[in-house]
Amino acid sequence: MKSIEISARSVEEAVKMALEELQMKENEVNVEVLEEPSKGFLGILGSKMARVKVTEKVDPLKNTRKFLEDIAEKMGVIVDVVVKPEKGGYITMELVGDDLGILIGRRGDTLDALQYLANLVANKNNLGARLKIILDAENYRARREETLIKLAVRMADKVKKTGRKIVLEPMNPQERRIIHTALQHEDQIDTLSEGEEPFRKVVISLKS
Amino acid sequence: MKELVETLAKALVDDVEEVKVTSREENDVLILELHVASPDMGKIIGKQGRIARAIRTVVRAAAVRKDKKVIVDIVQ
Repeated sequence: MKSIEISARSVEEAVKMALEELQMKENEVNVEVLEEPSKGFLGILGSKMARVKVTEKVDPLKNTRKFLEDIAEKMGVIVDVVVKPEKGGYITMELVGDDLGILIGRRGDTLDALQYLANLVANKNNLGARLKIILDAENYRARREETLIKLAVRMADKVKKTGRKIVLEPMNPQERRIIHTALQHEDQIDTLSEGEEPFRKVVISLKS
Repeated sequence: MKELVETLAKALVDDVEEVKVTSREENDVLILELHVASPDMGKIIGKQGRIARAIRTVVRAAAVRKDKKVIVDIVQ
């Protein structure tokens, strides 16, 4: 975050000088007037210069995008980050490039870690509303959802047949929600989560 | 690897200048020691070590490609 303090005869002049120095436009910065100029007695005695502090405006989405591109590059993958328009309070950032498996990881654990870090970066120094970012690559989120729904239905069938409950492997909150939602209209089936994060698991059982 | 840890840490802390990473190798394992200013410790460890875990997951993924074992140590 670039910032500069400059004195000049008027506020306008000081801002203009600061923008030149930073090579930025007025809409890219925040201006704070530290001292108003005063003429002083007869324009000589006690006259004060104007002093302003001009700070680069932080664009959290731009920052996060750059963060993800930098990290991917250091991991040995060149990606372009496409920011999708907000939907339901979430902003999806899609990693686009070749061979992104390394960024997704086993069961998406790397993608989830990057998503968690991206959310921290987006909300660092962010005075506005908290940004919620979903990170996606190669359509992983949608593919995973489909897999989880199929798994949920298959396991529910098994529970109905055997009458015995099934404990799924640990999943993150979003994945568990997909399972709960997929089975909420099954009138013979109950689902609940048990255990502590990050090892919380969904349990599928017969409704008692 | 070292730069990856540096970039991750710098994006999370306030005091960017104090981020230092040293690397050494022991029995074919690359050990990266991450140092940040003490007020920033929480920003790279997180509640129940959640941030540290995310950093390690990302570094481990990068190491797979290089076929290397990497340990990220956070030091005071």
